[in-house]
Amino acid sequence: MKKDIIFAGVGGQGIVSAAAMIVTQVDKLGFQCKQNEVHGMAQRGGSVVCHVRISDGQIYSDIIPKGSADLILATEPMEALRYIEYLSKDGTVITSNRPFKNIDYPDEKDIINSIEKRSNSIVVDANGLVDELKNERVINVAMIGALSKAIGIEGLKDGILKDVEKRFSKKGEAVVQLNHKAFEFGEAAVQ
Amino acid sequence: MSSESMALLGDEAIAMGAIHSGISAAYAYPGTPATEIQEAIQKYVAAYPDPKINSAWSINEKVAMEEAVGASLIGKRSLVNMKHVGVNVAADPFMNAAITGCGGGIVIAAADDPSMHSSQNEQDSRYYADFAKIPCFEPSNQQQAYDMTREAFDIAEKYEVPILLRLTTRLAHTRARVSFAKPRGQNELKLPDNFKKWTLLPSNARPQYKKLLQKQKDLIAYSDASAFNELKITKGSKLGIITSGLGYNYLMENIQDGSIECSILRIGVYPLPEKKIKELASSCQEILVIEEGYPYIERYLPSYLMRFGINVSVKGKLDGTLPEQGELTPGIVRAALGMGSLENCESDTSGLVRPRPPALCKGCPHHDTYLALNEALKGKEKERIVFSDIGCYTLGAYPPYETIHSCLCMGASISMAKAAAENGLKYAVAVIGDSTFDHSGITPLLEGIKRENPFTVVIVDNSTTAMTGGQDTICGETALEKLVVGMGIDQKHLRRIIPLPKQHEQNVKVFEEELEYAGPSVIIALRKCIQIK
Repeated sequence: MKKDIIFAGVGGQGIVSAAAMIVTQVDKLGFQCKQNEVHGMAQRGGSVVCHVRISDGQIYSDIIPKGSADLILATEPMEALRYIEYLSKDGTVITSNRPFKNIDYPDEKDIINSIEKRSNSIVVDANGLVDELKNERVINVAMIGALSKAIGIEGLKDGILKDVEKRFSKKGEAVVQLNHKAFEFGEAAVQ
Repeated sequence: MSSESMALLGDEAIAMGAIHSGISAAYAYPGTPATEIQEAIQKYVAAYPDPKINSAWSINEKVAMEEAVGASLIGKRSLVNMKHVGVNVAADPFMNAAITGCGGGIVIAAADDPSMHSSQNEQDSRYYADFAKIPCFEPSNQQQAYDMTREAFDIAEKYEVPILLRLTTRLAHTRARVSFAKPRGQNELKLPDNFKKWTLLPSNARPQYKKLLQKQKDLIAYSDASAFNELKITKGSKLGIITSGLGYNYLMENIQDGSIECSILRIGVYPLPEKKIKELASSCQEILVIEEGYPYIERYLPSYLMRFGINVSVKGKLDGTLPEQGELTPGIVRAALGMGSLENCESDTSGLVRPRPPALCKGCPHHDTYLALNEALKGKEKERIVFSDIGCYTLGAYPPYETIHSCLCMGASISMAKAAAENGLKYAVAVIGDSTFDHSGITPLLEGIKRENPFTVVIVDNSTTAMTGGQDTICGETALEKLVVGMGIDQKHLRRIIPLPKQHEQNVKVFEEELEYAGPSVIIALRKCIQIK
């Protein structure tokens, strides 16, 4: 078993934390993991990427070779496209449809179309999610929900949901429920 | 720490290695990709305060290095850590600590940044170890980062030399599981038997340098015997590969399926192991050197081969088999091995992907400082230069500001502005942050004030080291102001502004007035970084 996943987004969106959430659980399940993170200058509103490698055998490279990622998980659609050259031919793109416009941004429809025309692409309706739950911060958990379903590692979902509960229980049951809903929303986007 | 293994960044693995080696102190100045080393030690110290480990940030890397030598003189172990360009700042005590040698072990962790993710150059710290004639350890994974740190302290004390531990960005910032060995206690305080070796008068330095030269043979023998220099000969294979650091990982990533037959020498310890190189070279017809950073091993190799009388060809960065600039990747190494590309042909994104460079945060105080400064400088374009420095405010070079015109190294904004002023530039402005000012701005400002140069220094005091994630500044706010007063500035030309939108008109006026003043002026723009909680 080998899963190479690119986590992509914009500095401040919580990409490193999202990747860490997955890796912490997968590590507990006994897999080998490597997580390469971006620290420093790029975190100031720039493009941010994490390379996550999961395997039941030895992992050598700290970064994913171009053309061999199994998945791209993006919290921002243009950032999904930025790393497309890392994806293997039959790799899957999972992206939020919510653009982060801190630059001169092209027509967002063109970006979504370009992603959707790929054979394995999953667009999570983060815009719809935010409308429904009235909360922007839950997008990451929804994206993790989609990823957890897409990679299909046994025990991963339970581990993440327990982690979510642990992280948010201080903020009250309503916040925990909100994040559970977001997780399920992401899961539902994956067939 | 009770757990026997943890998932750690390379930086954190070094921190834990140092803690388990019994350090009494860690001295550092923040800088990507090294920052997380000291932060991990500080977190550990917060959770386990006993026995005490001194781990507050140093004012700069030179001071950090000197602090380590001070601790070493009284027998204590310490870890110095910094980014690669920090070693330039620390170079004076670093070079001379090789001559004094160690009492308590000194390990200097230097994190290089090939591809310049967050740096102004991609210098290779292995050259510093070579320059100082001290050993260098170079891990290729997080476990080795821990293990080598442990060993480096023992070797530093055994051979009485400081050790440089070199790592690069991807290793520093990749998290993987690391197993711990049994922790060791701290050293007892022990004063030296004699102080000659610590007092580098020429009469003492000459015998010390001789000793250092005499140690080289022992160090090479150690290197040859070290398991970190791992030689695997594949009988009958024509290709020999010498690799180090991440180069090894990218090599193995590509050939783990056995697709290429080769002998491999993985270098983890320098000086280079002579016998192992000879053995590899005798077994093959061609050597490919895969190393991250400068072609260091590759440059050394021909002199070894000549000495051994072995005639094999050498490939690497110098002949263009691998690129000289930028970090290695699995794909680059794959191409150097002559293997077909894995890259996706369907990667056309038809112009939809636009650059998204880092930017100042919304509400950042530097934003308001730059808007006011730009307005004050309007119409003066032919007579002004804004010299800047290392920090978040360097982003003022990008649109929409384009306020600053230079960035060289820590503290250079003030020295350069001063020089431009005394050589005829009418409006010479320096923009520098509080932490950078403390680090290297104090001395040039003192010089400029005492020489009465007509220049304007803007200290953008956000009361933190923001770019690296918000480490405490040693001297900011009121204390910083008092420091500038103490340098002898005419107090009419020490101005304070609050960089806020509502203060804009007032701030423009302050800038305009001081730009016209024909002497040194300092404007402190004081507002806390919005990231500070």
